[in-house]
Amino acid sequence: MIQDYLILSIILFCIGIIGVVSRRNVLVIFMSIELMLNAANLAFIAFSRFHQSMDGHVLAMMVMAVAAAEAALALAVVILLHKHKSKLDTNVFSLLKG
Amino acid sequence: MEHTVNYLGLIPLFPLIGALVLGILHMCTCTKSPLSEKLYGILACIGPLLSFVLALVVFFQLKSMPADSRFLTHDAFTWFSVGDLNITMGFLADPLSSLMLLFVTLIGSLIHIYSVGYMAGDENFGKFFSYMNLFLGSMLILVLGSGPVVMFVGWEGVGLCSYLLISFYSKDTANVLAGNKAFIVNRIGDLGFVLGMSFLFWAIGSGGFDYLSLRENAHLLTPGIGLVVCLLLFVGACGKSAQIPLFVWLPDAMAGPTPVSALIHAATMVTAGVYMVARFSFIYAHVPLAGSIVAWTGILTALLAAIFAMFQRDIKKILAYSTVSQLGYMFAGVGVAAYSAGIFHVFTHAFFKALLFLGAGAVIYALHHEQDVWKMGGLKEKMPKTYWTMLIGALALAGCPPFSGFFSKDEILFSTLATGHTGIWAVGVAVAGMTAYYSFRMIFLVFHGPPRNKEGFDHAKDAPAVMTIPLIILAVGALFAGFLNLPSLFGGGLNVSKWLAPSLIDHHPHVGISVELLAIGASVVAFAIGITMAYKKFGQGAVEPKYSGFAEFCYNKFYIDELYHNILVRPYKGFGSIIWKSLEPNVTDIHVKIASWLYQKAGTAFKVFQVGYVRVYAIYMVIGLSIMSLLLSQSLN
Repeated sequence: MIQDYLILSIILFCIGIIGVVSRRNVLVIFMSIELMLNAANLAFIAFSRFHQSMDGHVLAMMVMAVAAAEAALALAVVILLHKHKSKLDTNVFSLLKG
Repeated sequence: MEHTVNYLGLIPLFPLIGALVLGILHMCTCTKSPLSEKLYGILACIGPLLSFVLALVVFFQLKSMPADSRFLTHDAFTWFSVGDLNITMGFLADPLSSLMLLFVTLIGSLIHIYSVGYMAGDENFGKFFSYMNLFLGSMLILVLGSGPVVMFVGWEGVGLCSYLLISFYSKDTANVLAGNKAFIVNRIGDLGFVLGMSFLFWAIGSGGFDYLSLRENAHLLTPGIGLVVCLLLFVGACGKSAQIPLFVWLPDAMAGPTPVSALIHAATMVTAGVYMVARFSFIYAHVPLAGSIVAWTGILTALLAAIFAMFQRDIKKILAYSTVSQLGYMFAGVGVAAYSAGIFHVFTHAFFKALLFLGAGAVIYALHHEQDVWKMGGLKEKMPKTYWTMLIGALALAGCPPFSGFFSKDEILFSTLATGHTGIWAVGVAVAGMTAYYSFRMIFLVFHGPPRNKEGFDHAKDAPAVMTIPLIILAVGALFAGFLNLPSLFGGGLNVSKWLAPSLIDHHPHVGISVELLAIGASVVAFAIGITMAYKKFGQGAVEPKYSGFAEFCYNKFYIDELYHNILVRPYKGFGSIIWKSLEPNVTDIHVKIASWLYQKAGTAFKVFQVGYVRVYAIYMVIGLSIMSLLLSQSLN
């Protein structure tokens, strides 16, 4: 049934959001973002199956490509952050404070 | 008859192109390797000479036309068009402007040639000639413009160039201040001109705003508006032609190089006011009151300037005040509706005043920039060519028959007498005597008597040919120009007046020959008295007097400059500092201050949200996206 897939997708997405908002480790935040992307992918595939069309598959493939690119960038950022302060705690990086 | 000719626009264009080329050449080369003065000199003289040739062509083409339809036009392009106001960049050559064209280009060319000698060795040789060409080009636009607006372009152009040239030796602050003074005083006059022009347009401009249409519609002017227009235009003329109360800039304008003074006084600039009044004769002729005001202002200026000229000791200041005085005569002439007499005096004055200035320039050049007449003397033997030419100029200025100045001045004085302005005539005759006195005071002090400055005297000699030849040509003009307008009393036919008649609303009163004889007799007697007094006082080598009392008062020009400074400049400056110190920070700047204060407070208030932690920003994003999604799902249902 499609509802089951969507509920799973929503649960995964919410776990991602909570991870981004509540965790302080940069790598965990990054993993949570990946989780949200894959939650979206799950929804795409579910709908694709439901409508018997390949559009969702195409979008899911694209999201994966974007996620891969993002991973490359984000890991580079993480390495730089670590070099800068030798820590991956986001509370250390608070230069945007007004 | 074909009235459109397309070469008319070229007349002002030649000097303007010359100015552009010279200016670019000077800017590109002055810092590295300056071009030879010969090249600059040739380039500078080509433009004015070509204009002079074209002016001759225009003159002869007009001459071949029937007298009542003598005009040539050329509309170069439409400048702008707003509602009823259609301004074309048009040029008009009629008898009046063709006469102006002829002597402006001729004398302008001669002054350019002379300047090649006078300015030799100056580091800004190219810049000087660029400005000179621009000056002449602006004057030609002024003279040839087909309507008041185009005239105003030239009007402003000559104002700008006078500023540039008066402060040409810009390393000296006094020269720059003199340039500023000329420009600011002229701006006051320009305001009058602009207002007069606007009133004129408002009243009768809808039928076309060029001279030919305005002239046809001039009868639609009500006397009140006519008076306002005339007086406002006259304010403009006062500024440009140095009349009371705006004459103060002209004597200070002597700070520029001497050829510039000659150009300002003879060919360009100061004649513009007289030309403008004559050009608008179709309005002035209907408003006798305005004419009387013009005439009285003119003759009082003539008197005041003649008094000043009698006591000056700078040779150029003597000549400057004599110009102011002669301009006064011209306004007296055009004021009593004798427009052709006024313009004829402009014409003859251009010759002898250019001659006197260039001669004075030769003297100053020979004496290594000595300008004090009390330090000259006895130069007659050392500089014979300069002496004889300047003597002719002085005789013409003083109004000695049969030199040109006699005929033109007498024509004006006769017109004032014939139209019943006896008071103006009496003052005019007195001024004629004073003119003879101060011009021969100058001649006697400079050329006669013992040399007062031995060192300068020993080294003095006549200027090179490039400077003396223009002097000789001008001397011939000063000698014979008067015969062009010989009155019928001497068997002449008033040829210039007849030539000008179609352009002007001239008023020729018919009076008996006795009046004419009285006018001539009085002028001659005044001249004789003036020259005799000058000879008695200065002919035999006078010693420098100590000025005191009235003479000192006159030497200091009645302290008019100081008066203006105290009653106009200082209150204005005080007013400015009040505004600067109290009004500006407390009133006009307050809006800006309130706005900046508000932004600052708002920024402080919103600062609390900027905590600096990435996850908090993520929360903001989630909240924002949730609200947007909610609203979107609401609107989909």
